[in-house]
Amino acid sequence: MANVTLSHFLVVGGLLFALGLFTVLTRRNAVAVLMGVELLLNAANVNLVAFNHYVVGGIAGQTFTLFVIVLAAAEAAVGLAIVLSIFHTFKTIDVRAADLMRE
Amino acid sequence: MEHPLNELGPVVVHQVSYLWLIPLFPAVGAFVNSLFGIRLQRALGKRAVHLIAIGMMALSFAVAVRAFLELYALAPGERFLSQTLWRMLTAGPLSFDLGFALDPLSMMMVLIITFIGTLIHVFSTGYMADEPSYWRFFAYLNLFVFAMLLLVMGDNFALMFFGWEGVGLASYLLISFWYTDVEKAKAGMKAFVVNRFGDFGFILGLFLLFWTLGGVWEPRADVRSLAYHPEIGTSAVAGAANPFFAVGPKASEGEHPVKIGPTLNFRELRDQVVIESTGVAEHLKHQRVWGFALMAVVGILLFVGAMGKSAQIPLYVWLPDAMAGPTPVSALIHAATMVTAGVYMVARLSYLYALSPTAMGWVAAIGGLTAFFAATIGFFQYDIKKVLAYSTVSQLGFMFVGVGVGAFWAGTYHLLTHAFFKACLFLGSGSVILGCHHEQDMRQMGGLKKHMPITAWTYLIACWAIAGFPWASGFYSKDEILWKAFAARDLAFLGHSTPWLGPAIFLLGILTATGTSFYMFRSYYMTFTGRYRGGAGHAEEHDEDPHSAHAAPHHATAAHPQDNVDPNGGHGAAHGKKDDHGHGAHAADAGHGHGHHGGTPHESPLSITAVLVVLAAGSVLASLLGVPAAWTHHEPLLERWLAPSLPAEVRFAEFPHSTEILFQGLGVGAAVVGWFFARLLFKDGRSRVPADLKKRFFGFWTVVYNKYYVDEAYHAVVVRPSLFLARFLFWFDQHVIDWLVNFAAWLGRLVANIDGAIDTYVVDGAVNAVAGITGEAGRALRRIETGRITTYLYGLTLGSLLVVLFNFLFR
Repeated sequence: MANVTLSHFLVVGGLLFALGLFTVLTRRNAVAVLMGVELLLNAANVNLVAFNHYVVGGIAGQTFTLFVIVLAAAEAAVGLAIVLSIFHTFKTIDVRAADLMRE
Repeated sequence: MEHPLNELGPVVVHQVSYLWLIPLFPAVGAFVNSLFGIRLQRALGKRAVHLIAIGMMALSFAVAVRAFLELYALAPGERFLSQTLWRMLTAGPLSFDLGFALDPLSMMMVLIITFIGTLIHVFSTGYMADEPSYWRFFAYLNLFVFAMLLLVMGDNFALMFFGWEGVGLASYLLISFWYTDVEKAKAGMKAFVVNRFGDFGFILGLFLLFWTLGGVWEPRADVRSLAYHPEIGTSAVAGAANPFFAVGPKASEGEHPVKIGPTLNFRELRDQVVIESTGVAEHLKHQRVWGFALMAVVGILLFVGAMGKSAQIPLYVWLPDAMAGPTPVSALIHAATMVTAGVYMVARLSYLYALSPTAMGWVAAIGGLTAFFAATIGFFQYDIKKVLAYSTVSQLGFMFVGVGVGAFWAGTYHLLTHAFFKACLFLGSGSVILGCHHEQDMRQMGGLKKHMPITAWTYLIACWAIAGFPWASGFYSKDEILWKAFAARDLAFLGHSTPWLGPAIFLLGILTATGTSFYMFRSYYMTFTGRYRGGAGHAEEHDEDPHSAHAAPHHATAAHPQDNVDPNGGHGAAHGKKDDHGHGAHAADAGHGHGHHGGTPHESPLSITAVLVVLAAGSVLASLLGVPAAWTHHEPLLERWLAPSLPAEVRFAEFPHSTEILFQGLGVGAAVVGWFFARLLFKDGRSRVPADLKKRFFGFWTVVYNKYYVDEAYHAVVVRPSLFLARFLFWFDQHVIDWLVNFAAWLGRLVANIDGAIDTYVVDGAVNAVAGITGEAGRALRRIETGRITTYLYGLTLGSLLVVLFNFLFR
């Protein structure tokens, strides 16, 4: 098996981030946007673990990752609550409808 | 230099506190009657109005008498009462007070004004009884007395000038009292305008005097030389440092400090001029301005004021026209008091006039000429008031001869006697006019002695007085004047000594005296003797009257509106200019006239006759004041009384008393000659000689009857050019000035429009542009703010990428 290096992990992390960002920017469905945000967080998690393994050592990266996973769960809960609230208000979950900040 | 002025000291002043009451009372009367008179008259009748007016006059007279008693009790040299109320103005060296002063001269004037004034107020109650604006008349009359009292009582030139103008105003108001008649309104305006000419001279003289007393303009090198500084006995503060020699009251070595320098105060002026050691008199005497002796210029300029006020050639023309006013006004203002203001002024400034023989000669010569000239006009007038008017002008000329030749007391004495007999004559004529139902033409009178004996007798007594028969007052004053004129040697003409001028004036005066006697008795005989001609008997005269042929253009306004509109309201002088009207007027109002003349004339009420009797008695008794020294070897009473006020001494040639008595005989002879011819020609209206003479010398008669066409000459020389100038100026105003104004306005509008455009387009444009740009920028930037979270995320991503990119590029 070919030797797996830090770069491979970083490429995977970067791809994940790109995909997440693409999802967040392009999807109109608020739930899909939240899913994109999950991708972004996990891209960060991959990076954290990779750097911890190859560069720093110890378990600080893994610990951070755990925090991020917990945070992501909480974020999803709050995010879904907001999506529900948006749906109540606009009768849709299209993010384009929620443009009240413009006023 | 030997001069009697050496002996004179400063005036001793006695302060009293009641002098202000004398002018105050008439002022209050004028105030009350002018503001509330109309209501009083409606509510309480005319009685209330005249009680106020007469009451105020009587109170004023009472205070004047009180002042006289106090003055009389003082030593002759110390007769000077003074009261200063407050300082009215201070400006540099100029300052004057609201202050009153009574010395023997002004005391005499005040007594005349208040006494005769009161009498004439009483007379007016009878004369003006039918007048609807009764209150207005009495308000004006009181106003006049107030102004006249200020004129004579003011202790400085400023107050005197205030009074001087005030009497002019009152005179104007009263002459045009019946202002609905255009002729009368015109007469008032004429009086006012002619007086303005005189006042101009007066005020110029005043400026010049003040200026020269200041001395700052002195052209010589030794401007502030010690020569002008007072010496021992008088005083001055360090004058050398002071450009006005010395100003302000001084601490002094003597008991009475003398103020040196410019002043308006008569007493201060008198002190510094009269007291030799101040050097002021010398200074003034040798002062020259533009090559003329300064005192001559000052004296003549001041006299120009007197010429206007006292109706001397050439400014006398207003006085005969002033007869348009009610007869009491003619008596009070235009005979007894106001017109003598000029004489009073010259007498008041006797010490100044004494410094300049040229000024004196000028005054005397003008006086003599006026006396003669006016008397000749008086010969042929038919309007009784016109005769008296010219007689007044003539007598004023006599007064100026008196003060002009240096016989100041004699001129003043004539003023006093004239006030009595001329007031009596005027009021007598008023009584006649009233009795004849407002007829003034003597040809419509005659035989009135039967109907109005008291008026006739008093008129006759006054005629005696003015003609100069002994034991009536005019004799004493007139002969004293003529005698002094004959004896005068100090007169000069334009700086050249002319010792013949005095005798020449005497000759003129004697001729005038003859003439005076003639025309006065003519008026008496025409009015009071013969047959009553009212209503008829003047038909044939119509054809002879030159006015049918020579009616002057400005007399062409024929019938009085009043004559036709209000036949019962002709009121006295309604016929004031009747004989000027030509016979068009006579014919026009013949119907109305005959209606009147149908009634017999009647004696006037008691209020009129009583006044006449008092005045006639006065015109006889006044002679006691002036019994000549040639008879008693004492100075006449009035001369002694006035001496402190008239410090100037003028040189007269010495003659024995017998010569003086001879000259008095000449004077009486002149009067007798005049009387004799008047009696011969006019007694009972029987003689045909006057008519024959008139036919023979018709051309000459016409010229004199029309007053030598002086009015017409004035019209041509002064009035017409003035009107032309006025019209030209009007045209100039309409066309040139207005054009300039309009052009300026147009220019202003043009500039304003340009300015407006700049404002609209440049300034507002800049402001609007800033606002627009901001707005547009806002509108453009607004598009970015979609409010959608996605958009912001795009921005965030782009920004992050850029940061990363820059991080690589510019490391």
